[in-house]
Order: sequence, then C-alpha cells, then structure tokens
Amino acid sequence: MPAFSPEMTVSLLPEIGLSILAMFLLTLSLFKKEQLNAHLGWITAAGFALIIMLVSLFSRPPLEPQLLWGEMIRFDRVGFIFRLLILAGGGLTAIFAGMDDSVAKKAEFYLLLVLSSIGLSLMVSSGNLIMLYLAIETATIPLYVLAGFKQGDEKSVESGIKYFLFGGISSALMLYGFSLLYGFAGTTRLFGMVDLLKMNGAPAAGVVLAALFVLAGFAFKMSAVPFHFWAPDVYEGSPTPVAGFLSTVSKAIGFAAFLRVLVNAFGVGAADVWMITLAIVAAASMFIGNLLAIPQTDIKRMIAYSSIAQAGYVLVGVATGSEFGFSAAVYYLLAYLVTNLAVFAIINWVEKGSGLTTISAFAGLNRRSPGMALLMMISLLSLGGIPPFGGFFGKVLVFGAAVESNMAWLAVLGILNSVIALYYYLRIMKVMYLDEPVETRWQVTPPLLWKLALAFCIIGILVLGVIYAPWYNGISLAAAGF
Amino acid sequence: MQIPLLSLLTLTPIAAGIVLLLLPAGKRGLVRGIALGTSVFTLAISAIVFFAYDTTAAGYQFIERLNWLPTLGISYHMGVDGIGAAMELMAGIIVFSGVMVSWRVQDRPREFFAFLLFLAASVFGVFASLDLFQLFFFFELAVFPKYLMIVMWGSPKTREYGGMKLTLYLFLGSILAFIGVLAVYFASGLRSFDMLALEQAGFALEFQRAWFLVIFVGFGVLGGLFPFHSWAPDGHVAAPTAVSMLLAGVEMKVGVFAALRAGLMLLPEGMRFWAPLILVLATINVVYGAFIAMIQKDFKYVIGFSSVSHMGLVFIGFASLTREGLTGAGLQMFSHGIMTALFFAVVGMVYDRAHTRDIRELGGLFRHMPLAMLGFVIGGLVSMGMPGFSGFIAEMPIYMGAWRVAPVVAIVSAISIVVTAAYILMVVRRVFFGETPEGIKPGLVDISIMDKVVVIMLSVILIVVGLFPSVLVPWIEAGVRHILVLTGGA
Repeated sequence: MPAFSPEMTVSLLPEIGLSILAMFLLTLSLFKKEQLNAHLGWITAAGFALIIMLVSLFSRPPLEPQLLWGEMIRFDRVGFIFRLLILAGGGLTAIFAGMDDSVAKKAEFYLLLVLSSIGLSLMVSSGNLIMLYLAIETATIPLYVLAGFKQGDEKSVESGIKYFLFGGISSALMLYGFSLLYGFAGTTRLFGMVDLLKMNGAPAAGVVLAALFVLAGFAFKMSAVPFHFWAPDVYEGSPTPVAGFLSTVSKAIGFAAFLRVLVNAFGVGAADVWMITLAIVAAASMFIGNLLAIPQTDIKRMIAYSSIAQAGYVLVGVATGSEFGFSAAVYYLLAYLVTNLAVFAIINWVEKGSGLTTISAFAGLNRRSPGMALLMMISLLSLGGIPPFGGFFGKVLVFGAAVESNMAWLAVLGILNSVIALYYYLRIMKVMYLDEPVETRWQVTPPLLWKLALAFCIIGILVLGVIYAPWYNGISLAAAGF
Repeated sequence: MQIPLLSLLTLTPIAAGIVLLLLPAGKRGLVRGIALGTSVFTLAISAIVFFAYDTTAAGYQFIERLNWLPTLGISYHMGVDGIGAAMELMAGIIVFSGVMVSWRVQDRPREFFAFLLFLAASVFGVFASLDLFQLFFFFELAVFPKYLMIVMWGSPKTREYGGMKLTLYLFLGSILAFIGVLAVYFASGLRSFDMLALEQAGFALEFQRAWFLVIFVGFGVLGGLFPFHSWAPDGHVAAPTAVSMLLAGVEMKVGVFAALRAGLMLLPEGMRFWAPLILVLATINVVYGAFIAMIQKDFKYVIGFSSVSHMGLVFIGFASLTREGLTGAGLQMFSHGIMTALFFAVVGMVYDRAHTRDIRELGGLFRHMPLAMLGFVIGGLVSMGMPGFSGFIAEMPIYMGAWRVAPVVAIVSAISIVVTAAYILMVVRRVFFGETPEGIKPGLVDISIMDKVVVIMLSVILIVVGLFPSVLVPWIEAGVRHILVLTGGA
C-alpha cells in the first residue's frame, strides 16, 4: 500500500479549503480597514460556497467507505452529506451575521466561525476516538468565544462562560467514557470496536457505563435533557447569528458524530440499556423542552427550549436503532437546520429594528411587514410539523420509525408533544397577526444578500416538505453506513 | 390525455392563494375578483366531476397517479368514488358561497381570501385522496388557515380561545389517527400508503380491533364525535361567517370521510367489533346535542350544537354497517353540509346588521330581511327531517339502518327530531317574528345581492335533493356498494 494516495487529499478537501479560507480571513483582518470589514460577510460566504462547489465536484464519496490517514479519517456518504450541511450552514450564518452589529464587521467572528466549521467537519469524518475528541474540541473552543463575543454585554459574557463550563465538564465525561472504551477494546479505532469489545469479553456493566458517559458528552452538543441547561441562557446571551449556528449546525453534527459512535462502538440492539436510556432521554427532552417553552417571554429563550424539544424528536429516530430511524433523524435534522436558521435570521431582523428579543416585539409584524410575518409563520409551522413544510415530513418519518420498531408509545408521547409545541408556535403567530404593533416605529431594510439567504432557507423548507424522493433516497443510502 | 380534473380542483386554490399573498396591499377589487374567479372555477370543476362520474360503473374514477416517494410507497394518487364526488360538489358549492358572503370583508381582504382558498384546497384534496399519506398531508394543510382565520377575523370575545381550542383538538385527533395509519402501513407488509392496495390487505382480526378505534375516533374528533365535540360549537362561534360555513359544512365531513376511508374501509372487522360503542357515543351526540342546542341564548351556538347533533346521525349510519345506514350517512353528509352552511350564512347576515347574536335581543327580522328568514326556515325544515327536503331522504335511511341492528338506538335518537323541531321553531319565532327591539333597528337593512344569491342557491339545492333524490342517491349508492364489498355486509 502506498504511503500516500490521491484520495487522502480529496478526503480532506473541505478541511483544506476551510483552512485556506481561515488564513485568508486572518490576512484580511490585518488591514483593519473599515471599508474592508463591511465586505467580510459576503467574502466568507463566497468562500463557503466555493468550497461547497469544490467538494461536490471533487470530493464525492466512494461507493465503499474508506479509512484513510492511518484510519483516522473515514471517507463516506455520511461525512459527505453532513460536511455539505456544515458548509451551507456556515455560509448562511456568515450572511445572516450582517444583520447583527455586534459581529457584522469583526474579522475575528468570521475567522472563529470558519475554525469551528473545520472542527465540525472533522467530527463527522473521524475514524478514531482520539481524532474525534480533538475534532470536538476544535469545534467547540471557537464557539465558547463566539457565545461571549459581545464583550461589553454582561449577558453575552455570562453565556460564554456558562457554555465553556458546561462544555468543559461534558467533554471530561465523554473523555472518561472514551478511556473506558480504550481499556476494554485495547484500541481507539472506532470502526469495528463493537466486535472487539465482544471478543475481548468486556464486562457488560463497564460498557454500559462508558455508553452513559459518552451519551452525556454528546447530549451537551445536542442540548438534550439532562444536559440542556446551558441552552436557554446561552442562546439568549450570545449574538443571534451565533445562537442560530449553535442550534442548527453544531447540534446536527453532534447527532451525526453520536450516531457514528453509537453504531460502531456500542451497537444498536433493542434490549441494550443505552437504547432504552435514549428513548427516555428523547421523551424527557420533548416534554421538558416544550413545557418550559410555554411560559417564556423572550423569543430566543423560547426557541432554545423548542430546540431542546426538537433534539428529543430527532432522538426518537435515533432510539429506534433501525436504519429507517437513522434516515428519519437525518431528514429531520436537515429540515430543522434550514428552518431554525430562518427563525433566527428573522429574530435578528426584529432585534435590529426594535432592540428587543421579547415575543411582544413581534406584535403587529403582519402590518409592519406582511412578507416577513409570512416567512416567520412558515418557519414556525415547519417547526410545528405542519405540511407542506419540511418539519412535517421529518416528524412523519421519526414517528413512523418509532411505530415500525414497536415503540408506538414513544410516537404517542411525540405527538402529544407536537400538540403542546403547536400551542406556543401558534401563540407567536397570534402575536404577529393579531396584536397591535408597539409604538416605536422602526424600519430595517435588509440587504439583498441577506434576503437571498433567507429565501434559500424558506425554499429549502418548502422543497423538503413537498419533494421527498431525491433527498430521502440519498439520506437512506448514507444512513446505512453510519 | 385526460384532463387532471381533481388536481386542477385541488391545486388551483393553492396557486390562487399564493398569487393573492404576492399582490401588493390595497388592491381589494383585484383580490376579490381573483377569489371569486377561483371559487367559480372550482365550483365548475367539482360539478363536472360530479356529473361526469359514471354511477353505473361505480368504483374510483378520475384517477391520477404519480410517484412521490416510491421507496416508502408514497404516491400522489387522486380519485373519487361516488361519495367522494358528492363531497367535492358540496365543497365546491360551499367554497363559492363562502367567498360570496365574505364579499364585504374590510380587514386585510388579501390574507382573508388567500387563507380561505388554502382551506378550500385542503378539503378538495382530502376528498380526492387515494393515498393515506396524501390524505393526511391535505388534512393537516388546513391547520394554519383555520387558526389564523379564526384569530384574525373571528368574533373578538372568544376568538383566541375558540381558535386555539379548535386547532389543538383537531391536530391532536388527526395525528393520533395518523399513528394508527402508520400501524396499518407497517402491519400490511406492503410498504405502501395506497388505499386501494391496503383495502385488499386483509388485516388480522386482533390488529383490526386494536387499531380501529385510534383511527376512527382520531379522525372522528373532526366529525364532532362525543365526547370530543366541544371544539365544534366554540370554534364555529368564534369563527368568521365564511369559516363557520366551511368548518361545519365541509371540515366536519372531512373528519368523518377520513374516518370512513382509513377506519371503516380498511379495518371493517374493527368497525364491527366497536360498533356498539360508536352507536352509543353517536346516540349521545344526537340527543345531547339537540337538548343543549335548545337552551342556548346565542343564535350561533344553537347552530353549532345542532351540527354536533346532526353529525351524530352520520356516525350512527356508519356504525350500522347496513346498506341503508351507509347510504343515509352519505346523504346526510351532503345534506347537512349545505344546510349548516345556509344556517351559518344567515346567522352571519343577521349578526352583521343587528350586531348581536343574543336571541333575546333579536326579533322581527322578517320585516327587514325576508329572504334570510326564508332561507333559515328552509334550513330548519331540512334539519327537522321534513319530507320534501333533503334532510328527510338522508335521515330516514339512517333510522332504518339503525333499526335493523339496534332498534333502541333508532328509538332514542328519534327523540332528537322533536327537540330539533322545538329549537328551530323557537329560534325562528324569537328572531324573525314578533316586535323588533329598538336597540337593533338602526342597522337593519336587507341582505345584499351576493347574500341573496347564496341563500337562494343553497335553499334550492336542499329542496331539489329532497324532491328528486335521484340527483344524488345513485352517487352515494355507488360508493356504498364498494364499502359493502369490503365489509362483507349485506
């Protein structure tokens, strides 16, 4: 076997591209010119778009998954799909950031965004526990800084510290879980670990313990109960585009990496303790997220709780342990990603105009801007799982997977939660359409690029809600190889 | 190539609704023109579908089929049987009437008509669905127009409560039913949502009994089945006139239609097993609804509860599983749809002029709006099951069917005929005759030409169906024949 093959470069194309983009941004930041800084958003987005093009042209996954770079990197369909998702999410975030004055003209913001994307990208393509851990840290450390990016704002600094402390603890737990796995399996190679554990006669209790520690670490990334406490405070305090990135891309990649570890290190038997735990975590996330969302008056906090609940729905798909369930989870994540990015973009727009992130700031939005109210409504309905929007089909799939795996009880809990969730989504709609506008007159005309990015998200919501075959087939091919 | 009539019927309102939302604000004339044009178009298409339906050949006609997601057996599959064709026509009539009576909407007409058309698309789509996934898709499409229309244009006092209650009840019912549909999908082993395939799947007895109730009652919530009926009066009263007409007239039929398609037709053994329970619940619907209607002070609540009462008869017809009962249920779905739309239209006309719906504050409206009175009386006669009106030809077979399986159900529910006569006559006397109270006099003017068209059209339909049942019965019977084959009944 040759020491170096072309696939090796190709398999790291996204990371290589992102690293070049990061260095380019670093160079630009040296100039410290006001005029230049105004263009950073679209430059970064263009970089992301260019990498998307290169990746989809030259870095297509091989038919059979490959392990490269000394089995550190896994080159396969799952990685391909999720890397595109990261790149798209990162690019959209860079554009949406233009609406937020606290980050719009800071080169550091874009740089950290790109650095975090590199980590996330490596997270979904790691073939080794050590590589995975390093990737997670690479992804998370820039996010700590981003959460506390508004240096003058106490809430933002608090959210940065809170995120850092929670992240640190959960990382430590996860690392402990990894070390147990290494002890039992005698290797840190992820793929094939489940057989090694069996062959080595690893004690069942020990594996369960490792699984629970690993779950703890990932639950933090997914903001699933009981590691969800950071989410409302961090979403509220951090700059809105950062909250959007945290709740979509970062969460989705948490799920992807978790699925990899789950399938390859632990296995997905229905009787396993960790699978039952997952079902319970799913149910608890849905209930706690949705019930606590109801009394919120701050929209970012409400969406934070809603995103905890959304993690619960995705976990329903994961907890089934079936390939169908995994495809359902991935489809759900895809729909959720475009939806929540749109939600945070519109929140940011209202925030810029009114200076508020309360729900009452949305009063009379329909009279102020019927178009924007309509787009917000579409996004909320998609979160609520109403056709013809993407979230609808995601929910159909995850509940279908639960019924298929004889977990109808979980599906029933899920639909009860969908009803609770619809209640508070409808309440926001009521505020937008019925309540009288607040006195302050504000007018914010978003830039063209921002509008295009939002349109992209909304079209994504509609397309995922009406046309299923191409996306679903691609996802189910990938989901067979987690 | 055949013209895809059912797709045109379903997708035109969606397209028109999107066009409306894209129009700049303030073009009220254009907005109303597009809405009216669309509703006339859908009325015409639904009439073509109805009259071109071949009742001797029966079965599913106007079939269109496209793959949607073949991997999971989801297809876009349109087609109607006799009952579906009749329902499409009814929906077409009521959507047209709804646009006509909303002609004078002042507040945000663009959104109003757009949402009304989305709601129309949802009901047209459900009645034409031969794929369970697609049926659910169109079913849920109604969620947001319903909620927003009630909240934005409903009666100020109760709209937030009524709208939220209605939306959540119906959403919960329908997604519970969908869990049942998913169970059917996996249990069939066919990996297909195609109703025609699933009809033939032959599910195990135990499975049918276990899941039937989930599907039937889940969708039945939208049909107003006791004890899940309380959204109906609250929601209907809170809604603006056109939405009340569509909700009570068409949406409630969407509920029973889905219960029929996904519950009764796929799991007939389940229906047989649970029929006694459904009969008891439906009898309560019929009798309890009528008594509660009698003591209402609010004009609109009377009609709201009368709908609950009349929909009970549809469930009785289903649960009897006899040719008479099922035929009667189909006829009642049509007759009640038109009748209740007429009722709500008249209530809306009265309220717009008198600005109150309290029966005690109304009176003598006969002198001011004679045609509205006439329409209400005709609706009332239908509602009482008077021979010569459509209600008679619908209710008679239902009682006959009920008599064949459980005479006690027929006897008890027949009480409602007397009670219905009592509350209808009382309302007619209090509202339309006697002295006009001074307080409401200033606003009283005769109804507009648009309103007159609606009242006359709906009244004529009720009388024509009553006098010449052959304009409707063959369609329903064509549908019932197929259902009886599935249930193996007589």
